[in-house]
Amino acid sequence: MSQFFTLSVLIATLATAIKFAVPYLLAALGETIGQRSGVLNLGVDGIMLLGAFGAYYTVLETDSHLLGLIVGIAIGLIMGVLYAVVTVFLHAQQGISGIGIFLFGLGFSDLLFQELVGTTKPVKPLPTLDKLPGVGGIFEPLIEIEYLGPLLFDHNLMTYTAFLLVPAVTWLLNKTTFGMNVRAVGENPQAADSLGVSVARTRFIAIMFGCVLAGLAGATLALQLAVFQHNLTNGIGFIAVALVYFGAWQPRWVMAGALLYGLVTATRLRWQSLDIIPQGASDIAAMTPAIITILALVLLARRARGPAALTKPFTRH
Amino acid sequence: MRLTKLLKLFSMIFAIALVAAACGGDDDAGSVTTSECGSDLGVAMGDSVTDLSVALVAPSAKDDVAFTQSMVDSLKRLGIDPQITDGTFVVEEAAAAIRGYAEDGVNIVIAHGTQYGGSLAEIAPDFPETSFIWGTATDTQGLANVFAYYPEADQGGYVNGYIAAALAGDIGIVGPVEAGDAVAYIEGFAMGAQANGASAPSIVYTGSFSDVALATTTAQAHADNGVGALTGTSQSAVGAVTVATANDLPWFGTQSNTEAWSSDLTVASQVYHWDIVLSDMIEQIEGGTLGGEAMSLTLENGGLVMEFNGCYDLDSDIRDGAESIIADIIAGDITTK
Repeated sequence: MSQFFTLSVLIATLATAIKFAVPYLLAALGETIGQRSGVLNLGVDGIMLLGAFGAYYTVLETDSHLLGLIVGIAIGLIMGVLYAVVTVFLHAQQGISGIGIFLFGLGFSDLLFQELVGTTKPVKPLPTLDKLPGVGGIFEPLIEIEYLGPLLFDHNLMTYTAFLLVPAVTWLLNKTTFGMNVRAVGENPQAADSLGVSVARTRFIAIMFGCVLAGLAGATLALQLAVFQHNLTNGIGFIAVALVYFGAWQPRWVMAGALLYGLVTATRLRWQSLDIIPQGASDIAAMTPAIITILALVLLARRARGPAALTKPFTRH
Repeated sequence: MRLTKLLKLFSMIFAIALVAAACGGDDDAGSVTTSECGSDLGVAMGDSVTDLSVALVAPSAKDDVAFTQSMVDSLKRLGIDPQITDGTFVVEEAAAAIRGYAEDGVNIVIAHGTQYGGSLAEIAPDFPETSFIWGTATDTQGLANVFAYYPEADQGGYVNGYIAAALAGDIGIVGPVEAGDAVAYIEGFAMGAQANGASAPSIVYTGSFSDVALATTTAQAHADNGVGALTGTSQSAVGAVTVATANDLPWFGTQSNTEAWSSDLTVASQVYHWDIVLSDMIEQIEGGTLGGEAMSLTLENGGLVMEFNGCYDLDSDIRDGAESIIADIIAGDITTK
């Protein structure tokens, strides 16, 4: 155990946790906006898979990470339109249609992968700051700062984007007219409607935000891992939905949840690699992140109150 | 008369020379091969060994560069183009596919996953005219129409571990679930590494055959801990290979040839040639015996083949040492369990 509590190992574990948390955070922030407007989207994982494949295939063909991320966003947008039409305008049951979106994403991303790629071919991973074309040299001295360098600066741009989105989403929800409308239609759509707020339009845009971030989360995941394969996300989208509840629909607490999940996962893998967890206990160790998340949900999230109109379709009377 | 004898002698020598040349072309005899750098790794379709219809049900993708692809490639070598249902991690889905093929009258249904055993125990008795081939498993569950197969993966693991120890003192292993041939390979690898002077490799089982993110994070943890070489198994290992590439660490593959993932850093791969046991099983099926036997892949029977990467500049002494180890394993002079 003493080998874990050395500064270099602790820093490396924290840095791994930050990297690991990024796709969870992006997807959960998007889902937070959607849920605050009263729309639950269980299709996040499917949208992530489609975004992941789109980004991976684009980079495989063009070698451009930027284009890959844009494709991920575009796929999120398209899936957002689909989900919004089904849930907001056709008033479909949100849980069921979300699962439908997930299954579609799971199957279609795999079909596209089989038809267009076949055998997994690694692509170039998203570059860390010091490897950014043209400007990488500026960051090299920062990465070499003892301990802090690897922790804070040895990441790719999507890591910083994800964490900067936390205050951005907080500001969007709390300080803008759109954010107030989102909260209003999530709490009491009838009242919001009577005050002239278009519930359908507000929810439509909120879903767009959520799905774009889901697509971007998938793209980031694929380009961080530099590969794609069947069911690459392995349920990240569902954990992201759980993190929204964990974070009580507050972006900063959602971020805390994503970091906690990343930290628990990184710690258990590090402990296994240092033989702190015996091999025979690997199955139990693999369950730890899920167990801790569930415990945290039970202990913390039950005190929080979600949007009153969450999962309830709005029909004008 | 003398001339006739002389001709006979020359003929015999010529025939022996031909056989020797055929068996020993390059250095690639039986259980050891070397890929040509930059060559296509695809397996060519062989001459068909049977007219019987064959179906394959497998958990991961047919081109996963791992467990399932090793079976698809093996069937190709036998000239068999099977009906395939892949990606059936969910056992219920696999069971439906297995039953569906049997109902459709397919002669041989290959259930390529240990986890399908329970389903097979229910399905096989309902179709006594169908032969089921199941693995990895060391027994047929007492079913007369089930053949079983199992790779002695510890053997190639031992060889890979032995080579890895010659390249690095500390080695990281990314395991999936602590079961089946993954455990055999990893334990064999650890034995081989320690036999060649390395410290006990650091072994992490991620708990998933398919979670690339966990495999990547695990491999990164190994790299952060300062290992000098990596290995892993299952289709999720592609994540570990990307870490090996980013950190310039030698990589050792198993199940299929992982040069498809890393042509520069893959040193050697243990490749499963299921065709060695499948051809025997098919012969028995055609003779009317539909099952009842378990067969294993070994270095000795050619079911396990060590494929060295022609692109990787491996020291000739290390390579010779590895081939000597292979010979010793085949001869039974080294125990890998």
